[in-house]
Amino acid sequence: MTYIAKPKFQHPGLPRNDLGFTHRDYEGKVSTLCAGCGHDSITASIIEACFELSIEPHRVAKISGIGCSSKTPDYFLGNSHGFNSVHGRMPSVLTGANLANRDLIYLGVSGDGDSASIGFGQFAHSIRRGVNMTYIVENNGVYGLTKGQFSATADRGSKSKKGLINSDSPIDLVAIALQLGASFVARSFSGDKTQLVPLIAAAIQHKGAAFIDVISPCVAFNNHAGSTKSFDYVREHNDAVNRLDVISGRDPITVDYAPGTVQLVEQHDGTRIALRKIDADYDPHDRVGAMSFLQKHAARGQIVTGLLYVDPESDDLHSHLDTVEAPLNTLDAVELCPGNAALEKINASLR
Amino acid sequence: MKPTDISAPDYFHKVVDCQWACPAHTPVPEYIRLIAEGRYSDAYMINWRSNVFPGILGRTCDRPCEPACRRGRVEDTPVAICRLKRVAADFKDDVKHRMPKPMAKNGRRIAIVGGGPASLTVARDLAPLGYHCTVFDSDPKAGGMMRTQIPKFRLPDSVIDEETDYILDLGIEFKGGHRIDSLKQLLTENFDAVFVGSGAPRGRELEIPGRKEAAANIHIGIEWLASVSFEHVSKIGKRVIVLGGGNTAMDCCRTARRLGGEDVKVVVRSGFEEMKASPWEKEDALHEDIPILNFMVPVAFIHDNGKLTGVTFQKVKAEYDAKGRRNLVPSGEADETINCDDVLVAVGQENSFPWIERDCGVEFDKWNMPKVDAKTFVSTNPKVFFGGDAAFGPKNIIWAVSHGHDAALSIHKMLSGEDITERPLPEVIVSSQKMGIHEWSYDNDVSNDKRYKVPHRDKVIALKDIRAEVELGYDVKLALGEAQRCLNCDIQTVFAAPLCIECDACVDICPMDCITFTDNGEEEDLRTRLKAPSLHPDQDLYVADGLKTGRVMVKDEDVCLHCGLCAERCPTGAWDMQKHLIDMTHAGTSCPSKARSAA
Repeated sequence: MTYIAKPKFQHPGLPRNDLGFTHRDYEGKVSTLCAGCGHDSITASIIEACFELSIEPHRVAKISGIGCSSKTPDYFLGNSHGFNSVHGRMPSVLTGANLANRDLIYLGVSGDGDSASIGFGQFAHSIRRGVNMTYIVENNGVYGLTKGQFSATADRGSKSKKGLINSDSPIDLVAIALQLGASFVARSFSGDKTQLVPLIAAAIQHKGAAFIDVISPCVAFNNHAGSTKSFDYVREHNDAVNRLDVISGRDPITVDYAPGTVQLVEQHDGTRIALRKIDADYDPHDRVGAMSFLQKHAARGQIVTGLLYVDPESDDLHSHLDTVEAPLNTLDAVELCPGNAALEKINASLR
Repeated sequence: MKPTDISAPDYFHKVVDCQWACPAHTPVPEYIRLIAEGRYSDAYMINWRSNVFPGILGRTCDRPCEPACRRGRVEDTPVAICRLKRVAADFKDDVKHRMPKPMAKNGRRIAIVGGGPASLTVARDLAPLGYHCTVFDSDPKAGGMMRTQIPKFRLPDSVIDEETDYILDLGIEFKGGHRIDSLKQLLTENFDAVFVGSGAPRGRELEIPGRKEAAANIHIGIEWLASVSFEHVSKIGKRVIVLGGGNTAMDCCRTARRLGGEDVKVVVRSGFEEMKASPWEKEDALHEDIPILNFMVPVAFIHDNGKLTGVTFQKVKAEYDAKGRRNLVPSGEADETINCDDVLVAVGQENSFPWIERDCGVEFDKWNMPKVDAKTFVSTNPKVFFGGDAAFGPKNIIWAVSHGHDAALSIHKMLSGEDITERPLPEVIVSSQKMGIHEWSYDNDVSNDKRYKVPHRDKVIALKDIRAEVELGYDVKLALGEAQRCLNCDIQTVFAAPLCIECDACVDICPMDCITFTDNGEEEDLRTRLKAPSLHPDQDLYVADGLKTGRVMVKDEDVCLHCGLCAERCPTGAWDMQKHLIDMTHAGTSCPSKARSAA
């Protein structure tokens, strides 16, 4: 952390988005995490993605649990709604909020402890229900706030700062998300913003459960030789299957890549993602293929990153439940109380 | 791009925009920090060593530092560097005991012609080394144009006396009221070197019809100001026209307002914006109810049998040719005559060397200016040096001081048998400012305050007394507020690539988006790939290679706030905040920088 507030001055030539904001307008308070924490780069990427999408900050609800990662919503979107919930309970709070007000953009921020241990069940159910949200796990493989014990995502055989070898099998949240039916699944690295920012932007625009696992080195407890979540290790073993550009709205598409290397994916709101393939054989629409691709590469010690799966025909919990279109707080007495005739009708149907 | 060589003294010197822009290269942020600490005497001595006349310059400097100030690129207005200098002078304790102690005389004698800022700087630098300096001036007291041409309501005599005395007290022989009429004669008097700092003493004439006939009420600006200064003139007519748009014209009109001028107008040929006068001097004139009329060219003095009655002006407009050069062409409107009782002509100054014989080894060019080397200030006579306005025409005090330092260094090297064309590099003291994890030995929190106004004396009172100083100077509280606006540009961001783990923490925290990690390329290409657009290509890019990913770190120095957040957020100490205190080398060790404690 630092003792001074980040100065208010900004670069006089900063670009402005459609709302007239610069990326500085999407910042929150100054981070209190350790200097060099990967989470701060994810924070910066969220800021950048929201800036690029010209999102009105008051249209966003950022919800988190407990942990270093769950502190970060304080550091971005200072003018958005926020809820710092109980440990591991972010998915439930988010699901509830989403059901009550479907008009907001839901940003769930969690960590490997929050989502793969205490909140593992919560994580699973929010994904399988298809809650319309962007679920970001800031994954560093350790419990940083309690001084560096292995978390449930630490790879078997990786070494702790103190020299212990992890003997437990890791939970791969990406594999679980794929298996549970997430309609947008990606993995990225906090040290690679050019990959991460468009992924977050695409996830925000995706309708349905969008899950991003971001490997985020813990500089204090998990950035040493023998760690599989250090800056050096991730850079050496990063196997990106694709890169993407988010193309907003109705801009004409001009793609100057070699034919066959770019795939356009149209999302529900009309925005398109241009996927630049790095691995020519990788098909991001093949859920089963993605799962086996992941397993194969993981066995070789490679970390697969990029947009791993996207279902362009995705749906969300509201469509499944056929809920009312309007946020609950906009419904007035007439709509909430349809009258005796309607009640009689319902009662009759149950007799 | 090649990695930046940060060990070259000029690299970080350029980052300190104010110091780089100052002809004397005064370490501005260093003395501003001392002011913030209340160490006024220390701040004064840093100034004294570098610019010799802190009290005088703190009131009158042309302040090339301020337009250069980084703060002007970050927000609207630069730090009031000049007026903070005055604060150091106003609030210091007695500093006499801190002045250099002259060494034993070395037997060398230096003749210094003129007692203005350039000359006194030469004397100040050389006297402590044991040189016997003799300063000749036609005026009875030292100071030159600072005493004769700058009105007392801007620069009181007491300030000039104090600061000229610091120099004369170094054992300098001052021969006041002694005009040098022949360089040839002076050269026969066995001086080891001669320095000519006689200024640009002649006011330019305005030869238009009526000039001779109405001469009694037409005065040359600088001569008239000198007469006012010596109290030979104490009044002027009620209606006064000042011709000219420079700082002398501003001094003339404001002086006229105090000597009985009720309806004083400044009339300039050019547009208001292009006037040579400093913006703040124009502001001060306007504040004293002096209109400035522009695009009017004087064509005739109107008189009634030799009694001046007015000036006729032709109206012009500006036209720009293909090359962007401005021409003033008649606008076609009717000429206008403005009635007046007196005219002050302040249309420029010229050099004049009637006292330098053309056969004593000093060659002159086709403009009748001595041929002077721009670096060493030596003339074609190896024993004769020039400086100040006498060298390259009218400039201002701070340039004269800078010339004086360089000329003194040349004289000292010459008389030490050294090559005067070899100029020593500045002394650079580098020190990390890190005190703890998030603690720095400077105040890195950036103040959001706007520039503080300097309090002025009430106009009614000020206009009644020609000796009443108009600017009252900052008080301690205002000075502190203004000092806090300084961005500490001399506390440099220094990057050590081998320590960097490329975590992006510095990139994310930097409030000005100065830092980019990217693939290397040519400068032009790199400038298009920065995190924030490069607005000022004249501001350097700091490039460092040797990173694990093969990328380079590029920092655009342009609007860096020197807040140190990059270094605070760096987990490995790859960024450090280091003070680069750059001290120009002067003659000998007249005022060793070691003599003052580091701030």
